[in-house]
Amino acid sequence: MGIILDVTDLHIEFHDHDAPETAVEDFDLMLAKGEIVGIVGESGSGKSMSALAIAGLLNRHAISKTGKIMFQGQDLLTCDRKTLRSFQGDEISIIFQEPMTSLNPVKRIGWQVEEPLKIHHPEIKKAERKKRAIEMLHAVGLDNAEDVYYMYPHELSGGMRQRVMIASAMIGNPQILIADEPTTALDVTVQAQIVELLKTLNREMGTSIIFISHDLSLVSQLCERVIVMQKGNIVESGYTKDVFTHPIDSYTKKLIAAIPKIDL
Amino acid sequence: MKKISFKKIIKDPYLAIGILIMGLVLLMIIVGFFWTPYDPTKMSASEKLQGISLRHIMGTDNMGRDVFSRVMYGSRVTLLIAMGTIIIGAGLGTIIGAVTGYYGGVIDEVAMRIIDALFAFPSILLALVIVSVFGVGWMQLVVSLGIAFVPSFARIVRGEVLRCKDMDYIQNARLQGVGSLRMIFVHILPNIKGVLASSILIGFNNAVLAEAGLSYLGVGSQPPYASLGRMLSDAQQYMFTRPSYVMCPGIVIVLMVLGFAFLGEGIKRWE
Repeated sequence: MGIILDVTDLHIEFHDHDAPETAVEDFDLMLAKGEIVGIVGESGSGKSMSALAIAGLLNRHAISKTGKIMFQGQDLLTCDRKTLRSFQGDEISIIFQEPMTSLNPVKRIGWQVEEPLKIHHPEIKKAERKKRAIEMLHAVGLDNAEDVYYMYPHELSGGMRQRVMIASAMIGNPQILIADEPTTALDVTVQAQIVELLKTLNREMGTSIIFISHDLSLVSQLCERVIVMQKGNIVESGYTKDVFTHPIDSYTKKLIAAIPKIDL
Repeated sequence: MKKISFKKIIKDPYLAIGILIMGLVLLMIIVGFFWTPYDPTKMSASEKLQGISLRHIMGTDNMGRDVFSRVMYGSRVTLLIAMGTIIIGAGLGTIIGAVTGYYGGVIDEVAMRIIDALFAFPSILLALVIVSVFGVGWMQLVVSLGIAFVPSFARIVRGEVLRCKDMDYIQNARLQGVGSLRMIFVHILPNIKGVLASSILIGFNNAVLAEAGLSYLGVGSQPPYASLGRMLSDAQQYMFTRPSYVMCPGIVIVLMVLGFAFLGEGIKRWE
């Protein structure tokens, strides 16, 4: 299978204070088409930072980044803003962990789902856009998509909003979907549904997914490969099955031991 | 988003009273476009300074002109000047505030220091300076008051944009590849329209008062044409001999200001 994203030697440093602080060190990631890779680690381990760098959202002056993020023959760290923006929302999409606040409260759902199309494919007609938005809302499991299309965010529950976010991220049929803890703010049954949904979308649309989570059980259900991070470094990576059954690093062992088990 | 319904409007006294007062004032102004009891500029030596009567329901002025006709005409002038002022002030102020708030950095610093400097002048004084440079007349008045109103709108909008631009949904839109202009005008501004609406109504108040003040000082609309402030200035020397002459335009100014204030408060509560 073809490699669509190749991250090598990614370093991220903050220069907010006198001494530079390293957030991510020697981060490598190869993503094949249609693959789901999980990144796990505790809070502050640098997993979100790496993802944001891939999405091109880290362009504050106080952050220095070195290394390479190759996507479609372009290095996302050095390419100009215009190229980067043409990828964002179209070829590379991201969903966040806060579905409650990630939708614009004064715009209708349909408008927001269509927004990436309006920006990246202005040639698509209004009726066609609407048709695709409703199809997408159906695809993410919103059965009353025609009604949802005209609703405002406050009329939806958290799980429904996250589905809307996914619909909006997927409408441009991106190559890569970055899911930054997409289920953390949701309750457990909804978490499982969202994971199922991501699996289905991955299978049907062939989108590669980078799934960031601290929930190892979700990662083990969803991902083929997994990267374990601690304090900005990759401590272990490999196929999920191998990593979970034969962890090598002591930190990975601790993480796996910390998965809650129900003993009655 | 609440649906607009008659019942809900009636339930909110601020909105109801505001709509009632503004309805009356607007009715008077609109009727004034087509019909006034007398020609507002026609003088009559035999009917000088009459009191309230059935023939002249607000009496007549020192030149025998019908005060009610002049009030109808004058409130139209006052309202149009206030509207022009708000269009210029709120329009420019919103654009400046949104752009500076969104981009920040050097643009923000420079623009805000200029705004600070404008703020340091009392708006009436600023308007007087502009009028003295460009001459007297209602166009000049609109432009000068408009510029005087830019700073407060720029400040309000800037603050709201600053609050809004770090919201998750704006970050999310940025990740969808939304450009800066579309971000400001399509994603951010609709979120602050409530604040903008009530500050526009408060601005209207200040514009009506500023127009009255400036016309009173003699730099607004010129005789024989009336504006409410102009009438007050003409009437002040007859304040004790014929109080109705000064009271009537004064009361209309108070009604306008109150109406706008109630509407503004009502809209704020509605949000």
